[in-house]
Amino acid sequence: MLALILCIVFLLLLVIVTAYAERKVAAFIQDRVGPTETGPHGILQSVMDVVKLLQKEDIIPSAADKRLFALAPIVMFAAVLAGFAVIPITPSAIASGAYLGVFYLLAIISLDVIGLLMAGWGSNNKYAVLGAMRSVGQIVSYEIPAGLAVLSVVMICQSLDLQEISFQQGILMNQFAGLENEVNYLFGLKALDLDVTHVGGITTWNIVRMPFLFIAFIIYFISSLAECNRAPFDIPEAESELVAGFHVEYSGFRFAALFLAEYSMMVLVSLVAVVLFLGSWNTPLPNIGSVQLATWTTGTPGALTGHLWGAFWLLAKTVLLLYTQIWIRWTYPRLRVDQLMHLCWKVFTPIMLVLVLLAGLWRLWMI
Amino acid sequence: MSLVLIFFYVFGFLAIASAAFMLATKNVLYAAFGLLVTLLSLAAIFILLFADFVAITQLMVYVGGVLVLILFGVMLSNQVQGRAVQSESVNGISGGLVASAIFGGLAYLILSADYLLPEGITVADAAPANTKSSIIAIGIRLITNFALPFEVASLILLIALMGAAYISTEDKHE
Repeated sequence: MLALILCIVFLLLLVIVTAYAERKVAAFIQDRVGPTETGPHGILQSVMDVVKLLQKEDIIPSAADKRLFALAPIVMFAAVLAGFAVIPITPSAIASGAYLGVFYLLAIISLDVIGLLMAGWGSNNKYAVLGAMRSVGQIVSYEIPAGLAVLSVVMICQSLDLQEISFQQGILMNQFAGLENEVNYLFGLKALDLDVTHVGGITTWNIVRMPFLFIAFIIYFISSLAECNRAPFDIPEAESELVAGFHVEYSGFRFAALFLAEYSMMVLVSLVAVVLFLGSWNTPLPNIGSVQLATWTTGTPGALTGHLWGAFWLLAKTVLLLYTQIWIRWTYPRLRVDQLMHLCWKVFTPIMLVLVLLAGLWRLWMI
Repeated sequence: MSLVLIFFYVFGFLAIASAAFMLATKNVLYAAFGLLVTLLSLAAIFILLFADFVAITQLMVYVGGVLVLILFGVMLSNQVQGRAVQSESVNGISGGLVASAIFGGLAYLILSADYLLPEGITVADAAPANTKSSIIAIGIRLITNFALPFEVASLILLIALMGAAYISTEDKHE
């Protein structure tokens, strides 16, 4: 229960900050100044936006399907929120230590699609239905390269438990029950015979343990942009064609809930990318001889230092990815539908199939 | 009554109620959303029975795949404006006969089945205490005892995939 409340509060804060960052970064990229009036440098702008949204009238169009229309934002947010349950925050803090964490995450995200269809259909609006259709087609397609990227990580780590995957990527590996005698070699190759188990830092991150996972990471990241309907994959919300896509009829609190669900999805996919590829809550700094950078910046797991360092590194990497998402949004033009599908099915999926095979081979060299 | 048992009955009731709603409603889209609740309740029941892998597979395949496909189909087959798709009940007698025959057959089969789990065993005993999840046992079984069915299933899926690709290509050599 505590985890749920903490998670919601943390999400609200992060979403508000992201919304502000989005406007400021957009302004910077377009050589403007962005919000300046509300608070110093406009930092209260997003808070005021939320307050404004909550005051607005909750309009349900009379021709809309009232039950579906009202339920859709809740379903969408609940689906995304359920995904946060299996994300490890620090070495000893995880809401649910479900052993099938990764698998659960992939499955629960698909509920988001149902919410989208409910919103699009319930609105009884052509723009909304078209937006929902485009969005679902895009999400269902891009789940395949993203799922294969996750699969290649699972094959390297031999685990579906996100906390176990996290422990494998740092100096604390041998403290995890079941991994006491595991050894991390540089690039995962036993033949190199360079034991980096106690060097830690970036040398034990998954993208270094199996260098080809960096390609998988890039593909996962691009696919996750499509799953969040972010630019350059924002044809479901294309303002110039569809006004706003599936949420065109929403206002007030329900719009706020949809907005929250979308930004939470951004946070979730970034968190998953960090946990799977970028060392989770592990420090990027390695131990070099007597300069124990990794040990100093890890703290004691279970104690306050362990919690603080873990959460700091995890969130720092996540925020970096969120920033990249915003940066990409204001840099690249929108893809056409055919380009979108071409990229997914004819570029990403074949590359990922090869990488999955390679991950299987690499695993054989690791033991 | 333990908490697990209460949850079991709650989800069992939800599954039956939503399935009944699915049958009773005339709106095909509502029926699809009724199916969603049924599938989610079934997944919850699987979890309560320590079948975590089955539960998540259920979510992945039926909710993420089949149900989305059904919803997509319903939406595509209907005009954007206008009334919702209605379904009517036809073939009452023959349908009822088939349904009751299936029900009778299944009931007979379930009642006469010899379960591995002997009577008098409690839920706590049946729980896999030393393994973290059922997936390890399932994985080992799949590539040993059930290797042939597993491979045959993958072959059938591949054939289905190729068939779908062939049907959807436009320039077929007539």
